Amino acid sequence: MTKVTMTVNGKSVSGEVEGRTLLVDFLRDAQRLTGTHVGCDTSQCGACTVHVDGLQVKSCTMFALEADGATVTTIEGMGNADGTMSALQASFQEHHGLQCGFCTPGMIMAASSLLKVNPKPTEAEIRHHLEGNICRCTGYHNIVKAIMAASGQDVSAIAAE
Amino acid sequence: MPKDHGIGASPKRREDVRFLTGKGQYTDDINLHGQTYVHFLRSDVAHGIIKSIDTSAAENMPGVVRIFTGADFEGVGGLPCGWQITDRHGQPMQEPGHPVLARGKVRHVGDPIAAIIAETKEQARDAAEAIELDIEELPAVVDMVSALAPDAPKVHDELTSNLCYDWGFVEENKAAVDEAFEKAAHVTTLELINNRLVANPMEPRVAVGDYNQANDESTLYTTSQNPHVIRLLMGAFVLGIPEHKLRVVAPDVGGGFGTKIFHYAEEAFVTFASRQIRRPVKWTSTRSEAFMSDAHGRDHKTKIELALDADNNFMAIRTDTYANMGAYLSTFAPSVPTWLHGTLMAGNYKTPLIYVNVKAVFTNTVPVDAYRGAGRPEATFQLERLVDKAARELGVDPIALRRQNFITQFPYATPVAVEYDTGDYIATMDRMEEIMDLSGFEARRKASEAKGKWRGLGVNCYIEACGIAPSNLVGQLGARAGLYDAATVRVNATGSISVMVGAHSHGQGHETTFPQVIAEMIGIDESQVDIVHGDSSKIPFGMGTYGSRSLAVCGSAMVRAAEKVIRKAKKIAAHLLEASEADIELKDGKFSVAGTDKECAWGDVTLAAYVPHNYPLEDIEPGLEETAFYDPANFTYPSGAYACEVEVDPETGKVTIEKFAAADDFGNVVNPMIVEGQVHGGIAQGIGQALLEAAVYDENGQLQSASYMDYAMPRADDVPFYIVDHSCCTPCTHNPLGVKGCGEAGAIGSPPAVVNAVIDALASGGKNVPHIDMPLTPHRVWKAINQ
Repeated sequence: MTKVTMTVNGKSVSGEVEGRTLLVDFLRDAQRLTGTHVGCDTSQCGACTVHVDGLQVKSCTMFALEADGATVTTIEGMGNADGTMSALQASFQEHHGLQCGFCTPGMIMAASSLLKVNPKPTEAEIRHHLEGNICRCTGYHNIVKAIMAASGQDVSAIAAE
Repeated sequence: MPKDHGIGASPKRREDVRFLTGKGQYTDDINLHGQTYVHFLRSDVAHGIIKSIDTSAAENMPGVVRIFTGADFEGVGGLPCGWQITDRHGQPMQEPGHPVLARGKVRHVGDPIAAIIAETKEQARDAAEAIELDIEELPAVVDMVSALAPDAPKVHDELTSNLCYDWGFVEENKAAVDEAFEKAAHVTTLELINNRLVANPMEPRVAVGDYNQANDESTLYTTSQNPHVIRLLMGAFVLGIPEHKLRVVAPDVGGGFGTKIFHYAEEAFVTFASRQIRRPVKWTSTRSEAFMSDAHGRDHKTKIELALDADNNFMAIRTDTYANMGAYLSTFAPSVPTWLHGTLMAGNYKTPLIYVNVKAVFTNTVPVDAYRGAGRPEATFQLERLVDKAARELGVDPIALRRQNFITQFPYATPVAVEYDTGDYIATMDRMEEIMDLSGFEARRKASEAKGKWRGLGVNCYIEACGIAPSNLVGQLGARAGLYDAATVRVNATGSISVMVGAHSHGQGHETTFPQVIAEMIGIDESQVDIVHGDSSKIPFGMGTYGSRSLAVCGSAMVRAAEKVIRKAKKIAAHLLEASEADIELKDGKFSVAGTDKECAWGDVTLAAYVPHNYPLEDIEPGLEETAFYDPANFTYPSGAYACEVEVDPETGKVTIEKFAAADDFGNVVNPMIVEGQVHGGIAQGIGQALLEAAVYDENGQLQSASYMDYAMPRADDVPFYIVDHSCCTPCTHNPLGVKGCGEAGAIGSPPAVVNAVIDALASGGKNVPHIDMPLTPHRVWKAINQ
């Protein structure tokens, strides 16, 4: 067992981990940050997406040891300082961008990462960016719409709500 | 002007906040004091005799608490099947046992053999590798037709063959159907495969068993669409635990799509093992395990024929289907290719004679059961592909051929035993043509041609049977359960309301929509109403959520319970207002006396019910809480018309969906936003089936597509924005809300539209291909072009 220390959602945390402990297991089991989900075992579904040092990472592809000293943000750290939801989170609610909610934390982490580098992505750019995040409920329609709306684009012409 | 509250409004979902902030409480988020972890050692061969299991080395591995094998389940029941089919000859189906852990033989890759309980999940996994297993591999049966050959290896030695049942429907019509085919002016024949799918809710299954020695109670936390059904099946048939000592909780559940209806071995195991070791036992499925242990869907092989007269009227339909059951009978498996499929073969058309034959077959594959639509997508796909092929053969417009044969009078009794109460198939077709801008298609086709692409248009209709189901009817058809639902409306002293519902929400948004109904009935704000679901200890009873039944059946129970509450509240109001009960009206949350200005508020009445100082105690009891069970009089029959436009790249065979429209008739709609979301998701799953998804076995029974690397799930860039519309509305005639159900429509209506569109695209490129089996991968389409 090895000790790791990292900053998670602004708070310094540490714990003993095995070499094989994945970052996602450290977050879920040791830190009880259960908003980060595990939907597969081949790094395809993206439900475990977090930010490590500002970059979008699937936390099932990274050992906890590799995150030693890193700054990690999970879905629990994505709200506004006053506890309200961020504009992106609120847009997902506004446009019904989630149903069962299981892929949602990963979607928010992926989408916020996109908007950081591309503040007004096109529909095609959004769909391309979400290639690593699978949703089985929404058919992606309202996820794409919610991200476009969160970036300030007019989505009223997009069919149906 | 859209409504801003109550029925027909689209308030934002209240459940979203917890999901968007990481505060959801899914089963894997539950961790109990003293919890252990179980890992299942599963068969890596499809068929074999278990010669020996040596667990001695594994038992001495670090952290191991106990190892169970099939031998530990002596005297414990097997997993029950909830539906018995009677075959063409009046005999019951062959029904093999389904042990919790394999005994004697393994019958599919993924069949659990041993369960290792340890202090950590890693230790359990490590110890599994130390188990010495000797399995004598037997030849496997994978293909359904060869499984029925006289010399085929038997999946279950105690059965006479691999045939579960040979079902004919309606058997008495068979001769008349055959005769109609002999007289037909034209017969269209189509052979097709409805590809095997894996439901793949994003949350893998999880089960936590917790036995409390102090009161001899067991609790199972599980990823289920129907916790009461699990309590019933597991308690009564597997473990022998009475209901009052067994609590089943399904908290937030990350999608179901049918595959979380069924009672699974892992649920029974953790409940059983927790009683044995006196500690909580937790199992979390990996996605790889999910592929080889979640019940799969579809997997039909069908020959269907349509007889037409000289005027292109449909005269008769005849089908011959093989349906894969897999290695064991999953909970509702036998009902899917029969009563949920054969009864839908009339579709939207007035075909007077129909005969459906289904042979259900055991194979060395994962059990197959209901997946979104369950039998109805299979019926719709074959019928709507067939009608399209007929139109092409006859040289007539496929929409005109459909319109000519539409059922237009309701109620309509089909020749396959169901009676459609309402519908307007012309209206949905009209609406589809409008929202799809069908008149602009030729111009779009030319634009595609200019880019070197072939554009195709596919249309189809669908009908489905939802709101499952009248208990007396399904009882006659072999169901071993009633299919009513229940709700309790508990009005608190201050007027707020908790509604305990037997339906379970795992993405459908019940926490938002059910309160809309109650709020509308009473005239109070929706925020005054909360839904309680998913816990057998808090809810009177319920059959759960599947078959698009939640609002039509459980919602109706809730309405009935609320009506009882309102009746009692009116009695209280009459007393408070010193008026006759018959004169009391409830509107906007206020009771008033007709023709006077006397009124009192909802909260005054509810407070009086709990503080009955001035109260008609001689007539009614204090308190304000009512329960209702609702058993539907009929199925509900949503219907619609779908259209898809594709572009095919003739160089590569790649298909892209360019435009997709769905015009549905769901009857009345409570929350349009949520209904549209359900349709979006269904369409994506249908497009997935049509273009991407397939569970593929090799000839040895190895599942080749057992991860997201190999099983192609639809991703954001595989699908377009969809045009959806539900403005056509013929309300259901037999439930109080006039609702029909919308959860499965998209998955039922979309696969034929996609395939019809690809066939049309190929035709526009000069390639007249009668059919391509799903999924229409670039390879298959390219092959069809270049044959």
